[in-house]
Amino acid sequence: MEKIAEGNTAEHAILLSERFSGTSAFAHSMALCHAIETISDIKVPERARYLRIIFAELERLRQHVNAITAICNSTGFSVAASQAGILEEELLRVSCHVTGHRYLFGLNTYGGLTIDVTEEAIKTILENVENIIKQLNRLERMLYRSNSFLDRLEGVGILPVHQAISYGVVGPVARASGINRDLRKALPYGGYENLEFIVPVEYDGDGYARLRVLFEEARQSANIIHNAANILPAGSTLSLNRKILSGSALSWVEAPRGAAFHWVDIGEDTRINRYRLTTPSFNNWNGFHRAAEKFAFQDFPIIMATFDLSTAESDR
Amino acid sequence: MTEWVLKGITSGIKTTHYPDKPETESGISPGLPDTTELNKVDTSVTQICPTGAINSYGYELRVDRNKCIHCFKCKYGIQRPVNWDKGYEWASVVKEAELGRSFEQSLHIRFVDAGACGACISELEQLNKPYYNMHRLGFFMTPSPREADILLVAGPVTDHMKAPLLKAYEAMPEPKRVIAIGACALSGGIFGPSFISGKGVNELIPVDIAIPGCPPPPLAIIHGLLLAVRHKEPAKGKVRQ
Repeated sequence: MEKIAEGNTAEHAILLSERFSGTSAFAHSMALCHAIETISDIKVPERARYLRIIFAELERLRQHVNAITAICNSTGFSVAASQAGILEEELLRVSCHVTGHRYLFGLNTYGGLTIDVTEEAIKTILENVENIIKQLNRLERMLYRSNSFLDRLEGVGILPVHQAISYGVVGPVARASGINRDLRKALPYGGYENLEFIVPVEYDGDGYARLRVLFEEARQSANIIHNAANILPAGSTLSLNRKILSGSALSWVEAPRGAAFHWVDIGEDTRINRYRLTTPSFNNWNGFHRAAEKFAFQDFPIIMATFDLSTAESDR
Repeated sequence: MTEWVLKGITSGIKTTHYPDKPETESGISPGLPDTTELNKVDTSVTQICPTGAINSYGYELRVDRNKCIHCFKCKYGIQRPVNWDKGYEWASVVKEAELGRSFEQSLHIRFVDAGACGACISELEQLNKPYYNMHRLGFFMTPSPREADILLVAGPVTDHMKAPLLKAYEAMPEPKRVIAIGACALSGGIFGPSFISGKGVNELIPVDIAIPGCPPPPLAIIHGLLLAVRHKEPAKGKVRQ
């Protein structure tokens, strides 16, 4: 896919970047937009910066709910899976209601966003997210009281911290193994430096720790959406200066599954010379086998679900 | 365990009434561009469209739905956008041949991910969840192609997935049908014909039903499946190439 981007326009590359991984489309396209904006010295309007954060966190929230659904499903706990599935579909519907697309495709462009949202739309997001977090909290409490469910997760699929470091795992998986690393805090980008949030870290490295991290991050995402909506300035969402210059730049983003780096080189003809990226699932697949070793075969799908792996992200 | 039973009951019924009644909730479909008269639209959209889905025929702009990837470049940011179809009944029959009577009852479906980005797969997952719940219509996912009636394919068919896809198709017993979901599986989508993938599933195995969209919303997939069991009519206004 990096090869397909070569020789194409920047706009085409942004459409491609959304489809590296359809379920974290907004994060990846945001990273590529940041890179192009750095090269061309485009200043993104404040409103667009904070709207991007709101959408990126909405996507993270949805992806984490999706992961929680998958974990419940893998343990054969269909009532909980259905309950989490309801929340996921509601988040998809909110995304589509506000932006027009269920997976937030076609929103990012260099210089800002292609759409603007109304006050009412922001209110809809906030109300829905608040409601969903309330239900998610209840679901969490009930899950933590279900012994049959916890038996399948506790002490299963342990990835110790030294292996997590040597295999370079990222995202919620790394944070559940005791690595306190989140690019939103470590290398703040696109306005995250002005927002307060907590990076949850667990030290057990098992499936249960990964589930706890997912729940806590979902809550933090909801907080970020609230805070960003509170300080959302008025104005336009698309920069007037959208001239692309040549050069190369690196940008990064904390995608729902972990850290992603995008490097892009644009030639004199404003077309892409070379595009290179690292995706979180690619790193996590490498570490996954260490967690699955030594555990029963029946635990395999559960460990896989707690890693929240994407096959599409491995194919760059 | 009692609290789970209680929680399940208090959630109520979430499932959509489609296909008995049309679904009207907001946010179920991203929509597709629709045929528009030339004097009502910026004609530059034919150049803007990244996959060449919009072309002018006589006095109107027509949209090849199999190519549209919902980039919204013909909707946002231009003076006079094209008409927008907010519905979801998009599936169409590709082969002229009749689908036959053997497919009027319950169906078992084998899904093959031939290089899809994950959005199509995620939408397919939604079908098993309470909001859509395709089991009520007699559709079931099966892990083995040996017991499948329908092969669902998503993705532009990368070189690595050609052999597994062909194997799955050949392992299925007759009569069998192939449904391609998403712009990638139908035309290559944004990836187009490239060094690693072709122009979709049709190059390798014959496609019977096409479900456009990027990704197609769950209701569009249900419409495609209902088309296979002849409970629904195909979408109108598709441009034949």
